[in-house]
Order: sequence, then structure tokens, then C-alpha cells
Amino acid sequence: MIRAGIIGGSGYTGGELLRLLLFHPHVEVTQITSRGQVGRYVHTVHPNLRGVTTLQFIHPDAVQPCDVLFLCLPHGESAAQMAHYAALAPRIVDLSADFRLNSPELYATWYGGQHPAPDWLARFVYGLPELNREAIRGATHVSGVGCNATALNLALYPLASAGLLGQASVELKVGSSEGGNSPNAGSHHPARSGAVRTYSATRHRHMAEVQMMLGADVAVRFAVTAIEMVRGVHLLAHVDLTAAQAERDIWRLYRGAYRDEPFVRLVASKSGLHRVPEPRIVAGTNYCDIGFELDADGEHLVVIAALDNLGKGAAGSAVQCMNLMHDFDETAGLTFPGIYP
Amino acid sequence: MITNQTANCPECDATLNIPADAMQNELIACADCGAELEIISLDPIELDLAPEVEEDWGE
Repeated sequence: MIRAGIIGGSGYTGGELLRLLLFHPHVEVTQITSRGQVGRYVHTVHPNLRGVTTLQFIHPDAVQPCDVLFLCLPHGESAAQMAHYAALAPRIVDLSADFRLNSPELYATWYGGQHPAPDWLARFVYGLPELNREAIRGATHVSGVGCNATALNLALYPLASAGLLGQASVELKVGSSEGGNSPNAGSHHPARSGAVRTYSATRHRHMAEVQMMLGADVAVRFAVTAIEMVRGVHLLAHVDLTAAQAERDIWRLYRGAYRDEPFVRLVASKSGLHRVPEPRIVAGTNYCDIGFELDADGEHLVVIAALDNLGKGAAGSAVQCMNLMHDFDETAGLTFPGIYP
Repeated sequence: MITNQTANCPECDATLNIPADAMQNELIACADCGAELEIISLDPIELDLAPEVEEDWGE
């Protein structure tokens, strides 16, 4: 049993991480911090955990050494305090964007300004197990992943790696929890409820992670639209293939890429009500569902993917990485299949 | 000993187990793509897409 701490545990990602770790067979969560909630039981902030744990939030200055720390801090804060936290735990999973990109120049381009701890960048590996498993296995410092980037990377990787991705134009529909738990004018109920609000129609920051994993010159454009949903990312990509394919070729390609992946499911069914991926089906899980439909010409492929931004897009992938870092069963603590309807 | 045979789905190329007691014209479903398939021949095993009534998606 290893001892884990969560830094910045009052947010949505911290809460999801705690929910997963409390049922992990090899982990005991010994501490969770929040500057604003010191002394309060965690169930006062994460009500689904009432009766599951008696943990109380502590101040970050009170953190004791442990085996692994999960940092769920706002972007920029992890990097500024990395030396402090690294002295408290031999292994760190940082769920912020601070250590996702592998160079300070890339960070400056997409996040603006100087990286607060450039010397630490090379010590982190990118935490997407499906595309970076061997680097994560045994690593001591692993970054989190962007939720939208994860949907894009997993949906398009088989095509990119096979040289079939000509041009992809992608629309991502996302839930309100992507915006975190700090309210603002845009998240105020009268403004947010019923919204179909496009933001970052160009130059979304997660493009950096897509270029890092699929290639700097990958021909992908995407826009993000906030819709009436709390959890979830729905990706729909119109892809121009570089060569005409048959549907069974696409099946072979995606099956070859993900046949052995425990958390990627291919959903392109000819029957039933849910024939292609839907965010609702994967809410609360660590699954990314990927489906497709090939146009009659064999050159226009529509790829559809769904994941939970707090699950596979954040806390779920972080736990999956922790499992690999500690040589645990990769699926430990992550097998919840979701609820339906 | 009677053993199951395998065949590939004509739609997605998944490998399907065909029960040893399968009959010609029997319908089976592909677990991967959900296609409903008809066993049109037993020796050798041949599968084809079964006619299917499309669901009304509101069009």
C-alpha cells in the first residue's frame, strides 16, 4: 500500500481523483490540501464522498512526506512550487499544464511568458499511457493531459501514424466542468444554462499537445464549443484521407492501434441505439470511446470520440499513469463502467 | 469432437466464432461492429450482411 497526497483537492479534478483513489486497492490517501477549506471534511466540498472517507482538508504547508503526490493546482502554480513538492515525494503526477510540453519555447508560445521552472521540464514525461506507455512506466515525474487534447490525440493517432491523415477539421463540444470550480460571469447560471458558446475557434492551447504527439506539422484544425453538459467531451472530426479506404481497412487500423488498450473502445455499430460514442455513456469512467463512419468515396472519414474530461481527460489518466509508475495493474481502481441510462 | 469454426466479418473484418451447430441462413451478430450477418454457406463458412430494417432517426 502506498501513501498518496492530493495538493489542491477542492476542485473538480481533485475531487474526481480522490473518488478514484479511495477505491484503489494499493493506495491510501493520507492527505489532501485546500487553502480555502482547511479543517473541513472533504465531503462538505465533494458530497458524493460522504461516508466514504473522514479525510479533512489541510493547509499546503502542513503536507508530510509520502510516496506520491498529485498536484491539482491552477496552471503556473505547480511549476512555481515544484522544488518544494519534489522534496516531499519521490513520485509526482502534475495534472496542470505546466509540464505537458517538452520545451520552454513551446510553453512560451502557447501559454505566454517564461516557464517558471524550465529545468524541471525534461524530468517530466507526458502522461498519456496509450501513446507514451514505456516512458511512463517507472517514471518518477509525469504530467497530466489536456482533456480536449486527449480526445484529439486518441481519435486521430491511428490515422496520423499510418500517414492517412490529410486534413482534419474538428469540432469539440464540451461540458461546463472544463472551466473548473471558480465561478465567473460566463459560468453564472443565466449566462451558462442552455449555452452553445464557441470559444477558442483557433489556436486552442491543447493544439500544442496534439502537435507534440501527432507531429509538429499535423494538419488538424479544431474549435471548442461549450454546450449544456456538465461532464464530457464530444469530438467530431471530418478527415480527408490521403488515400481511399474501405471500411474494414479503417477497422483494421483502429483495431491494430487499440486492440490491447484497456480504456479505448471502438464504437461504430451497425445496430442498437448508441452506434457511435456519446459523452454520457463514458461519464465517470476512464474510457475513451472512438467510432467512425466512412463516406461512400472512401476518402472522407468522420471520426467521433467521447470521454469524460474529469476522467480519461484528467484524473483517470493520472491514476493510470500512477499505476504504471508503480508497476501496479494498469487498470487498478479504474474499472468503473459508468451508469446507464 | 465437434469444434467451433471462425470466419471474418465482411463489414469490419473481426474474427467471429461460428458455433459448431450453426445452420445455413442462421443470423449472427458481429460483436465489434454490430452488423447482423447471415450464414450463407457452411462448407466453407461464408457470411454476408443480413437485410436490416433501418431505424427511423427522425428524418
